[in-house]
Order: sequence, then structure tokens, then C-alpha cells
Amino acid sequence: MKILVCMKQVPQKDAPLKLNESGTWIREDVSYEVNEPDAYALEEALRQKEKHGGEVVVITAGPARAQQVLREALAKGADRAIHLEDAGFVGLDAFNTARAFAAAIKDQPFDLIFTGLQSDDYGFAQTGVILAELLGWPHATIIMQIEKKDSGIRVKRELEAGFFQYVDMPIPAVLTIQSGINKLRYATLIGIKQAKNKPMKKVTLAEAQSALAPNLQQIRRLYIPEKTKKTELLQGGAAEVAKKLVEKLRDEARVI
Amino acid sequence: MATATPVSRKKITGGSFLIEERQLDEVFTPEDFTDEHRQIAQTTDEFALKEIAPVADKLEKKDWALTRELLTKASELGLTSVEVPETYGGMDMDKVSAAIVAERIAKYGSFVVTFGAHSGIGTLPIVYFGTEEQKRKYLPKLATAEFVGAYALSESSSGSDALNCRTKAVLSPDGKHYILNGEKMWITNASFADVFIIFAKVDGEKFSAFIVEKTFPGFAVGAEEHKMGIRGSSTCPLILNDCKVPVENLLGEIGKGHIIAFNILNLGRFKLGAGCVGGARTALQDAIAYAKQRKAFNTTISQFGLIREMIADMAVDIWTGESAVYRTVGMMDVALSEIDKGSPDATRETRKAIEEYAVECSIIKVWGSEALDRAVDATVQVYGGYGFVEEYPAERAYRDSRVNRIFEGTNEINRLIITGFLMKRAMTGQLPLMPAIKRLMDEVLGGPSMSETPEGPLAAEKAIVANAKKIALFTAGAASQKYMQALVDQQEIMGALADIIIETYCMESAVLRAEKLAERGAELATAMTQVYVARAMVTIEAAARKVIAAIAEGDMLRTQMAILRRLLKYEPINTIALREKIAARVIEQGKYVTA
Repeated sequence: MKILVCMKQVPQKDAPLKLNESGTWIREDVSYEVNEPDAYALEEALRQKEKHGGEVVVITAGPARAQQVLREALAKGADRAIHLEDAGFVGLDAFNTARAFAAAIKDQPFDLIFTGLQSDDYGFAQTGVILAELLGWPHATIIMQIEKKDSGIRVKRELEAGFFQYVDMPIPAVLTIQSGINKLRYATLIGIKQAKNKPMKKVTLAEAQSALAPNLQQIRRLYIPEKTKKTELLQGGAAEVAKKLVEKLRDEARVI
Repeated sequence: MATATPVSRKKITGGSFLIEERQLDEVFTPEDFTDEHRQIAQTTDEFALKEIAPVADKLEKKDWALTRELLTKASELGLTSVEVPETYGGMDMDKVSAAIVAERIAKYGSFVVTFGAHSGIGTLPIVYFGTEEQKRKYLPKLATAEFVGAYALSESSSGSDALNCRTKAVLSPDGKHYILNGEKMWITNASFADVFIIFAKVDGEKFSAFIVEKTFPGFAVGAEEHKMGIRGSSTCPLILNDCKVPVENLLGEIGKGHIIAFNILNLGRFKLGAGCVGGARTALQDAIAYAKQRKAFNTTISQFGLIREMIADMAVDIWTGESAVYRTVGMMDVALSEIDKGSPDATRETRKAIEEYAVECSIIKVWGSEALDRAVDATVQVYGGYGFVEEYPAERAYRDSRVNRIFEGTNEINRLIITGFLMKRAMTGQLPLMPAIKRLMDEVLGGPSMSETPEGPLAAEKAIVANAKKIALFTAGAASQKYMQALVDQQEIMGALADIIIETYCMESAVLRAEKLAERGAELATAMTQVYVARAMVTIEAAARKVIAAIAEGDMLRTQMAILRRLLKYEPINTIALREKIAARVIEQGKYVTA
């Protein structure tokens, strides 16, 4: 099976974040890492390849630093990489990211495309779904398990409250992968050594530009929730105070 | 991230730092890591955090099955065979990679020791001194940790003076075996290792090395030692009672065992230094985490100046240690890159290239082990009472650190190596130290001279480093004038000179790295460097005074002190403010950062 894995570089989970000057996104000077759900998507792709043979290709969009995500994937066993390299790709909404990916893989046949369920930064959970729509392929989200069948694949989806759904679907298809469905491997030293010689294709913003349109989604303002602590002394007799307290707990704190 | 200044491939003479000025592009720094290096760091970090740290308590109880399992897992990633040639199943990577693995795996002391004994001193003797047959037989299995390696040099009555060993080897009448008799002490990995490099004297005279498998008849392992620290590592005596070792398992030549014994320790020292820096990183992280949540007087203790000072100093040490370690391994890699791996002389050339930097390797061993001791001590202090009880990580780290100053050559032996090796090189003319000392004497006796003043944000520090080199040459020159060849017997003076040399190398490494970073803004790096230089100069001044006072008196003493004072002249810098800046940043980030 030929599998494409869409990956994203996101700020490290424990990194203290600072807002940029316009207050629309975070400052660039943080440490980055692979988006966690994408790491599971990659792992699943590598496992499918180990079972059924084929090829695993990884793709990302972002500035030069984002290449690290692809290098890591190559070191873990992906066969080749596509880098949509430009800082301009960072501000794209899910629709445009999907358009850029679709343009970059045009004429390349894949059996499956995996994305992580969502990104740890924007958390849209849309890129994979929109990509499927643009390609005219079926998709399924929150995937826990993938089984190859003669006619296509059977996937297990996570629903709410401990329920699961099994779906038989044809390929090609797009699947968005849930975190934790497998055990992530480490990049081995030999893998790291070999990754150097694996192909990495670059796509410029100019090359993808014709596929893009103005963003439909926009972040107007971003702020860090302020911790507020207010102490209020209720005055009056015991019965009166009790009544006020119940009102406050019900209407303001909304805990009863 | 690409580096601003590419690293030149110029080969640098070992020990030349005292008499030469380095250009920035001749200095390798962690900022010059390749993508590969960064990935190796990440893999090792993740492995140590996810596989080793969570089971540290189990390992501490001497769970050897688990220890071996972890060695196998590490070997699957390639971590145990970084320095083993590809032909024998190894990764055959550069020394920077070896240092990175040593540094990043160091998150739990006992495993670091187990790992180092196996992949370093247990495996490398065969890599560097084994015959083709021996390499083929043992290296692939050591690389995969199917065989665990160990190294047996010390005995109950010979440690640093290993050549005085009593273990004997005698050729059997049929000429097929060496029969070994004797006892070895403090053997790391002894309980579960399969292959031991054992030193013994053939016919009680010729010091030699042997590859001994645990299954050889007459080989036995004694009881575990009860140790102060690294309790999760195995340390036992070996008992050799008519132990039959096939003649083909003689390692190297008869009577040349000392070459193996000393070289292997030299070859391993840089990794010990790197591991200590890694350990300090963990200690700092623990200290910050605790200081940020512990409250006293209605505020977290991370707000207190005296706590912040300790935290800043730990960061300063890590910064300086990294600078010295990677500068050293960077030089090694340049020298090693000139060797044709296919040539029959390749392993000998490799050994020689590493030996070239014996002084620098001893420096990072001594400095690193002492910096780690400072770090774990500060962490205990930050934890207060909780630092003194076993339930918290500070106590174990404190105990685990101590052995680093003892094994792989005590710090005292290494101090003697540092000064002694440089003196020897000076005497043989390999290193033009003598002309440099003479020039300096002429210069200082001629009174103050106007040499060119350094520029830039670290101008003052550069001037201090230049003067520190002069202090090293001046004191070494004065001491050798007085004692001539007999200086080697003056251990206290040799030690004090070593302190000056160690501090000079380390602070110069920090200054060069900060300068290299300065091109893209390095406020924090500059601050850490400035604090380190200020600290180092206190040590250098005390050591220099001690030397001068011991070798001169009367007018001579006054003249030499006048010279020394001139070289020690610099304006004090506000290290309180600088430490505050450093503490603020690392506390905010919760870990050691350089920007």
C-alpha cells in the first residue's frame, strides 16, 4: 500500500508560550516538536507497510524548521518526504492547507492518506476531512484500527462513551488517526544515518499559490486566560447570608 | 539550524590552547550539531526518559534481568555501538555522536555506569586492540548486547598503580591456554557480564590483557559490594582460580597491556565528562521543579535570591561543561576524519588521534565530575530537608555522583596527567611551551606592555582568558625552573598548576562558544560565560598564589607576586545581576536553556 502521512510541526507541549505583537498567534521563538496525533499516524502507516509492503511518504507545510518533522519521520522509516517550504504556509487555515497538500500530491497515486486526528496547536481537526473532499475520496475520523480487506479496508472508529463503530470502506481513502492507538517507535541511529540519503522534495509557496484562496478562517485575537481571584464578604444574619450564598453558587459560580 | 560560522577542518595540536589563540571557526559547539546529531540527542533523551527513568527504583534494587533488557533495547536503537565499526554490526559514528549519547543517556546514575562499562571500557579494547578474529567473534554480540562487556583492571591493592597487579598468567604445558590466577576488585557489570577484559602479568612479569568469557573454567564472580551510590549497578570482585583462557584470547601483545589499560581509560574519559554534564542537566531540572512549587514565607522558594543563585550557577556549569566537552570532541573528529578507515593502520591511527587530546579529555573528566558534584549538592540544598531523605530524587543523585571523581582515573591522577603530559610535550618539543614561557618571562620582566585590546561584548573576558594563559605559563615556568625534572614529584604544585590549566581551558571554551553565538544574539550565553569567567578566576588566583608562595621567597617572591598581580588585574563584574538574569530565564523555562 502506498500511504501518505500529513504531518505538522507544533510548539512543544511544555514550552511556555508568548503571544506575538499583533496578538494573533504565538511568538516564533519556542521549541517545536511533531504534532502528537501525527506521530501515531506515521507509526500506523509504518506498521501497515511492514505488514503489506508498499511505501510511506510524509508531507508537511511550514518554514525550514518544519523539515525536522520530516527528517524524524524518515529516520523512523518513511521512504521519502515532501516539504511545502515557506513561512507563509504557517498561517493557512485548514481549507487552504488541504488545498496546498492536494496540489502537491497531484498525479501521485496513494491508497491511503493519514493525518493525525487534529493538531495540538490550532486543533481544527479539519485538514484531513477537507483533503478527502477535495480529492473526492471517502474519509473516516478518529481511527483506532485499520485492517486490510480484499475490497478495501475495515476501520474501527472511536465514538463517545466507550462505543466503537466498524466501517468497511473502499480505497483510496483518508483516515484521521487517534492518538495512542499504537506504541511509537524511536528513531534508531541506523535509521537516522540512512535518512540522510532519502529523497526530500521541496515545493515552494509560488508553486502551490494557484491552488490557494483567501483564508476562510481567521484568528482575530488570541489571549492567555487571566487568573482572577475575588473575595467577597457576605454581610447580614446567618439566614440571610446563607440565602445569598446559595444564590451566588447557583447563578454566578453555577456549581449547584 | 545551520550555524553562522562553519567549522573548519583544521587539525589542532592537543594542549596547544595554552599558547595559541583559536579562531571561532576552529571551535565546535553544540550549536554546530548537524540534524543527525540533534536526532541522536532526541532518540537518546526519549529512551532515557521513557525507558530508564520510570524503572529507576526497580533497577536500584539490582534487577539484573531488567538491566540487561534495557541494554538490549538500547542496542536495538544503536546506542551501545556508536563507536563500533560497521563491519562488526556497529554504527561507526563520530565522537560528537558518542558524546551526545553519553550526555543524554545520563538521567539515572547507575544505568549510566552499566552502559558505559559495557559499551565503553568493555567493548572498546576489542575495537582498538583486537585481532580480526577477536573482533569478528565478540564485537557483533557486544554491539547487540547479547554479550555484556566488563573491564577488570583494579585489584584490592592496586588501583591507580594498576601495573602493580598480582594476577598472574602462565602458559599451559600444551601451549593452548593461559592459566590465570588472582583476584580483581570493583568490577562494574560483574554479576551479569559475559565477556571480561582482564589484565594479568604473564609469568608474574609481563603485564598483558586477556578476553575472558564467564564460562571459562576457573572463573568466578564474588559478592556484590555495598556501595555509597550507583547501587543499581553491579560491582563485584572476580576470582580467577586456574582460569583457562585460550591463547587466542590474549588481547594485544604480551607485556604491552599497559598500552591497552591506559589508552582505554583515555578513550573513555571524554564520555565520562559528557555524562556528568548530562547528569547536571537532570539535577538542575529537578531543582527548578521543586523550587517552583515549594512555598515558604508565602512565596515559592524559586523567588529567593540565594536559591536563584544556586540555580544560576548550575546553568553556568552546564553551559561551560557543554562548551568544553564539544570543543574537545570536535577537535577529535577533525583529527579522526583524516584517517583512511580502510588502511591497515586505521585503528592505530584512531587511537593516536584520540590520545593527542589526552590533556583535554582529562580536563573534562576532572571538571565534569566536580561540576556534577556541585550540581547535585545544590539540588539537595534546594530541596532542604526533603533533599536528605530517600523518597526524593536529590538524595540518590547526590550519592550517585560521587564515584565519578574516583573511577576512570581518580581526579588526582588526572590532575597529574594534565600537568605532566603538557610538561612532557614541552620537554620533547612536541608543543612549543618552553619558547612561549621564555617569551612571557621577557615580556613580564620588561614591565607592562600595550598589547592589542580585544573588542566586542566579551572583550573583558577575552582579555582575562589571555592573561589566564599567561598565568598558567608563568607559574608552570617558575615551578619548572625551580624543580626542573623533579617537578613531577611535587604533586601539590602539579595539582595547583592543573587547576589553572583546567579553568583556563573551560572558560576559554565558554567564551569562544558565546562569541560564536553572539552573531545571532546571545544575551543569556554571554551572561553565563561572564559568571563562569568570574568564578574561574577565583580558582586560578588561589592556585597561582599557592604555587608562587611555595616556590619563591623574599625578593623573588615579591617580584613574582608583582607579575602575578599584573596578570590578575581586571574589573569585577556584577555577578549578582548576571546570575539573576540567568535564573529568571531557566526558572521560567523549567530547564537549562541557552537562549
